[in-house]
Amino acid sequence: MLTKRIIPCLDIKNGRTVKGINFVDLRDAGDPVELAEIYAKEGADELVFLDISATEERRKTLADLVYHVAEKVNIPFTVGGGISSVEDVDILLQNGADKVSINSSAVKRPELINELVAKFGSQCIVVAIDAKQIDGNWKVHLVGGKVPTEMDLFEWAKEVEERGAGEILFTSMDHDGTKNGFANKALSKLSKLVNIPIIASGGAGEVSHFTDTFTEGKADAALAASIFHFKEIEIKDLKQELKKDGIPVRL
Amino acid sequence: MKIVIVNYGAGNIQSIKFAIKRLGYEAVLSNDVEEIRNADKVIFPGVGEASSAMKKLRESELDMLIPELKQPVLGICLGMQLMCNSSEEGNTKGLGIFDLDVVRFPDSVKVPQIGWNQIEGLKTNLFADIPESAHIYLVHSYYAPLSNETIATAEYALPYSAALRKDNFYGTQFHPEKSSEIGNEILKNFLTEI
Repeated sequence: MLTKRIIPCLDIKNGRTVKGINFVDLRDAGDPVELAEIYAKEGADELVFLDISATEERRKTLADLVYHVAEKVNIPFTVGGGISSVEDVDILLQNGADKVSINSSAVKRPELINELVAKFGSQCIVVAIDAKQIDGNWKVHLVGGKVPTEMDLFEWAKEVEERGAGEILFTSMDHDGTKNGFANKALSKLSKLVNIPIIASGGAGEVSHFTDTFTEGKADAALAASIFHFKEIEIKDLKQELKKDGIPVRL
Repeated sequence: MKIVIVNYGAGNIQSIKFAIKRLGYEAVLSNDVEEIRNADKVIFPGVGEASSAMKKLRESELDMLIPELKQPVLGICLGMQLMCNSSEEGNTKGLGIFDLDVVRFPDSVKVPQIGWNQIEGLKTNLFADIPESAHIYLVHSYYAPLSNETIATAEYALPYSAALRKDNFYGTQFHPEKSSEIGNEILKNFLTEI
C-alpha cells in the first residue's frame, strides 16, 4: 500500500541551513548534508531543500550542495528556490537531485512547466504554489507569499496539472507559521480537482494536524520545517502516532 | 568486480553511482559498447519519458547490445520498462527482453504514483533476506502487469510487477538507490548474490 509521506524542509542560504536548528547530536548545525542524513535515519520519507540565497554564485553553491546530499543520503530529495530555466534544472538533476520545484518562474512563464516536463519527465517536476485568502478567495502569491497575484489557486493548480507537472506543493500563507494545522479545506478541494499528488505545507504544530491533513485534507504528503528542526515533534514518534490513527506510513 | 552504469543521457545516474559507492564498490558510467560488454554487472537506469529515452538508446546503438548481454543486468524504473516489449507512453517499442506491455495507471488513482509502497511475493536472490512487505520508493505513471517473469509485486489501483526477471536480466520498477536501507540491501544482493 502506498504510504503517506512526511517531508522535512530545510531552508538553505549560501550552502548552509538557516532558521534555528536544535539538534544536540549535530556537529555543525549549519551543515545541510549532516542534517539531511539525520532526518533520513529518523524515517523522513523525502527531503525538500529550499534555497533562499541571492548571490552571484548561488547556482554553483546549490549544485555542490545537491552533489554532497546525493552522495550521502539514500532517500529522495527535491530542490527549489530561484529555478527559472531548463539549464538550472539540468544542473541540479545531473548533480543528483531527484526532483526540482518551481514557483514564481512558472507563474511568470507557465510554458516553463511544459518545457521541463518535455525534457525531464513529469516525475521530477514539482510546482510549488503559495496562496492565501483574500475576501474568501484563494489567491496565488509570489516571492514567498509577499506579492499577491490575480490568479486563483484552483485554476492555477488545474493548469499546472494540464501542463504536465508531477506534483503540487501547496503552502497556505494563512496557516504557515501559525502551528494551528494545515489548510485542509483547500487541500481537500485541490485533491478532488487534480489527479496528481498534493503535498500539504504550512501550519504543522502537533501530531493531530498531520492526521487531519491526511484524512480531512486528503493530502498525499505533509511538509514541515520548524517543528522538526526544533525537535518539537520527532519524525519517528510522529509516524508511530499516525499509524495508531490508521494512516499508512513507512516505519 | 567491474560494474558499469549505462549512461545514455536519461536520468539521475549520479544517485546510483553514489549508492554503489556507499556499499563499498566503484561503478563506471559508460555508453561504450566494449566496456559494457566486458562488465561483470550492468545497471541500466532511466527516468523521464519512454520514447525519448528509447531514441537516445538507439542513437548510442545500445538497443542492440543490451538484449545480447550475458552477465547480470539490472534495469531500474524506466530502464526496466524499456526492457519490456512496449510502452503505452509515446507508443514506444521496447527491447523485448520481458514479454510484457507497459501501460498507464487508471485515473481511479493519482498519477504518477509517488512515494513508498510495499513489495510482496519476493522471489530470487535479488530479494535474499528482504522481508515481505518491505517499503521501497517509486515514481511512475506507467506499470508492467503481472506475469510469470514477476519476482515482486506492488499494489496501486491493482497488483502489478514491482520487479521482473528473465534469465540474466532483472528489473525493478522502484529505485533501490533511493529506498533507504532496504534499497541498499537489494542493490548489494544484485552485486553479490546474483
